Amino acid sequence: MLIGVPRETKPGETRVAATPATVLQLLKLGYEVAVEAGAGAGSSFPDEAYIEAGAAITTAEAAWGAPIVFHVNAPDDAQIALLQPGAYLISMMAPAQNPDLLAALAGRGVTALAMEAVPRISRAQSMDVLSSMANIAGYRAVVEAANAFGRFFTGQVTAAGKVPPAKVLVAGAGVAGLAAIGAAGSMGAIVRATDPRPEVADQVKSLGGEYLSIESPEAEVSATGYAKEMGDDYKAREAQLYADQAKDVDIVITTALIPGRPAPRLLTADMVASMKPGSVIVDLAAANGGNVEGSQPDEVVVTPNGVTIIGYTDLAGRLPAQASQLYSTNLVNLMKLLTPGKDGELVLTWDDVVQRAITVAKDGEVTWPPPAVEVSAAPKIAPATAPSAVPKDESPPDPRRRYALVGVAAAVLLLITAAAPAQLTSNITVFVLAIVIGFYVIGNVHHALHTPLMSITNAISGIIIVGALLQIGTGNTIVTILAAIAILIASINIFGGFAVTRRMLEMFQR
Amino acid sequence: MSIESLATGAYLVAALLFIMSLAGLSKHETGKQGIWYGIVGMGIALIATVALAIEGGHHGGMTTIGIALMIIAVILGAAVGLWRARVVEMTGMPELIALLHSFVGLAAVLVAWNGYIMVEAQGDAQTEIAPDLLGIHHGEVIVGLFIGAVTFTGSIVAYLKLSAKISSKPMMLPGKNALNIGALVVLLGLTVWFVITPDLWILIVATVVALLLGWHLVASIGGGDMPVVVSMLNSYSGWAAAASGFLLNNNLLIITGALVGSSGAYLSYIMCQAMNRSFISVIAGGFGMEAPSSGGDAETGEYREVTAEEVAEMLAGASSVVITPGYGMAVAQAQYPVAEITRVLREKGVNVRFGIHPVAGRLPGHMNVLLAEAKVPYDIVLEMDEINDDLSDTDVVLVIGANDTVNPAAEDDPTSPIAGMPVLRVWEAGNVIVFKRSMAVGYAGVQNPLFFRDNTSMLFGDAKERVEDILKAL
Repeated sequence: MLIGVPRETKPGETRVAATPATVLQLLKLGYEVAVEAGAGAGSSFPDEAYIEAGAAITTAEAAWGAPIVFHVNAPDDAQIALLQPGAYLISMMAPAQNPDLLAALAGRGVTALAMEAVPRISRAQSMDVLSSMANIAGYRAVVEAANAFGRFFTGQVTAAGKVPPAKVLVAGAGVAGLAAIGAAGSMGAIVRATDPRPEVADQVKSLGGEYLSIESPEAEVSATGYAKEMGDDYKAREAQLYADQAKDVDIVITTALIPGRPAPRLLTADMVASMKPGSVIVDLAAANGGNVEGSQPDEVVVTPNGVTIIGYTDLAGRLPAQASQLYSTNLVNLMKLLTPGKDGELVLTWDDVVQRAITVAKDGEVTWPPPAVEVSAAPKIAPATAPSAVPKDESPPDPRRRYALVGVAAAVLLLITAAAPAQLTSNITVFVLAIVIGFYVIGNVHHALHTPLMSITNAISGIIIVGALLQIGTGNTIVTILAAIAILIASINIFGGFAVTRRMLEMFQR
Repeated sequence: MSIESLATGAYLVAALLFIMSLAGLSKHETGKQGIWYGIVGMGIALIATVALAIEGGHHGGMTTIGIALMIIAVILGAAVGLWRARVVEMTGMPELIALLHSFVGLAAVLVAWNGYIMVEAQGDAQTEIAPDLLGIHHGEVIVGLFIGAVTFTGSIVAYLKLSAKISSKPMMLPGKNALNIGALVVLLGLTVWFVITPDLWILIVATVVALLLGWHLVASIGGGDMPVVVSMLNSYSGWAAAASGFLLNNNLLIITGALVGSSGAYLSYIMCQAMNRSFISVIAGGFGMEAPSSGGDAETGEYREVTAEEVAEMLAGASSVVITPGYGMAVAQAQYPVAEITRVLREKGVNVRFGIHPVAGRLPGHMNVLLAEAKVPYDIVLEMDEINDDLSDTDVVLVIGANDTVNPAAEDDPTSPIAGMPVLRVWEAGNVIVFKRSMAVGYAGVQNPLFFRDNTSMLFGDAKERVEDILKAL
């Protein structure tokens, strides 16, 4: 089947839904690819590169008319009119916000696959465009902040004086937040991060950031009921934290988004006013109302006290080549899923949760929203024909039983030793103590050393040669012969055991 | 200061050195010191014993022919031992160790027989043992013989199974538990009888019964339990040496035997915990274990195949890769190309680690030895517990020749024969690539639902060739 890749017509859009590299992969899956002339120009992919990769260069009409269309942004009405009925359209289309678009696509008879609707299950990670784009946006947010910030990120001691490092606060440690933490940290800034989910603390630390937890001791105390009050208490503490941090940090990057809801307001105008002149705020949620009071979508605002608030909504598109590469690779991964035969035939499997979730229009009907995806989709396990192993009764032993056992064992040992002749007594004493030592001496053996340990104990148990040595010279022929054989094999054991242990240990290296 | 007191002192020093040797072997850093402690201890013990034997002791001096035989035997034994140790393949380590265990068992049997010939066979003419200790000597002879014989044949069977000279399937004789118990009861009766009237025929019968018992014990254990069996035989060989120590009234033998015996038993216990098996049931040779039903292959489904090139692409694009090897890697000798892939990926900045199940392979720590042989740095080789929580953050898991140790049925399916056995939760990773010859079942004889999971792909063929294909594609 032919995949058409039209040029993006949305103003300012620099991305493209296929790169020369992904064209190669699509060809491998058995598809043909036709790219509209100039489609990759915004991402620095000239038409020649596509031709070299094996794609055809074509017109907008031909690209939109292909049986499969790859696109970045949702199509406008004119573009929908170019689509063939029965064609597949794969793009981002914000299905929750655009019911009219879905209706128009369904009316056109198009099967529409919305890339934002990929469920967040591990199997579908490779197709998750929201993560790919958020990753880029987080990085770019730091770059934008650095651009607007009048000082170094990293601290330096120079001949011209000491430069303190910049302090960066990242609000929200999702994909974008984590990318921002990593980027700002690698530029040398002191990075702090907040997030209502305490479990992200380790991820923040792993990227070199400091996790600021919103401590709420009352919340723990009033664990029964009072959910509303807890929420208020939490918000108050959160606000206090941001108010304190605003006075201290130089750069704030806010990434807080709640799906399907306006962005939460994290920084008030008062907090912004309390920041130092020259500070920079990048609001990644500007498109959804903004985390920061005063941020404007797609605009840079400078407050009266000299704080720059950047509200770009196209941060991912500001890294066009990178964004195109990741987005188009996500599409290729989707096509791998949709092309089980690798024969260039797109097969939509309705039972697959991923494919079901992204299909928002099919056969003239809007199929959004999809049924909820069960994240832990364990395969069914056929009932075994018969219980093949009887579970052993392994109830934890009653402590009294254990004491009784120890007592009995001690009594038996005592009686045996008391009844035994003097020579045997000393033997038993030595024997019992050696058992205990043997038990403890290897108690903490490293797992990797089990084999060397076993081979050295094997070498050591060749000590039985001592017994044979004491018997060999006693004059009796049979005894001498048997003892000689015993010495022979025990020597194999001793020498072989030590040598092989040495050989093994030589190999272990760090 | 007599030669006896010198020897006693030397024995004490040797015993301490052996303890330090075992302690040293429990860490990488001290491993090499541990060997040297062991070698020095052994040297001291041998010199002291030879001096004791030649200078007289209580036997009244050694014959010249005895000395000559001794020297010849030691030199011959040393030559054979060093040669085997040098040429053995690391994959053949389990067989070698099992074979060496059998030597200790055989030596213990011979020592016990010698004890009989020197004392009991002489009748009232013997002067070795004080008359009031004779009964105890009878008991010691037969106990030493019993443990030695069981160790001997048990290790021989383990050796044959491990080197694939006989089938590693558990032998399922009807009423095998009754056979084991019966043999034990017979041996107990013979012991009592022998203590009362030390007749030659009793000793012969006891030898035969003990040899058969050892054979049957190990023959009825399946190949999957071999790590525990080898470790258990190691323990038995220790007890055999300790029994000889009692027989000869030699404290060094008792101490060393008990050390080896209890440390081996503890090692077996660790293994059993890793397999969720009852310690008693394995130590006693599949004792109380019913024959598994053959209904384990009910689980089937669709599986996906991948090519080596696709795996290479996946690996190159991954940021975190975990390799979980099993016995199949040892069989295919794939550890070298696996190590090479590891090196290549690490140079590309991919975080490659190994997850080793405690019972992977046929010997405790078998996989670690193979990977070390192929020069995989040991700090990226992790135990199951260390890696299990990280698997959900892993992009690609390569399952090379492992099956039961990565079987989700152990956690999900309470009716599975391996239910409750801790396993590597590889299915939590993004992608799982299973290297396998065919869709056949593993040693536990259970089908593995892992193969039919959505994120699992199968790469069929010889593990070594496939791994080399991936390496080429990388």
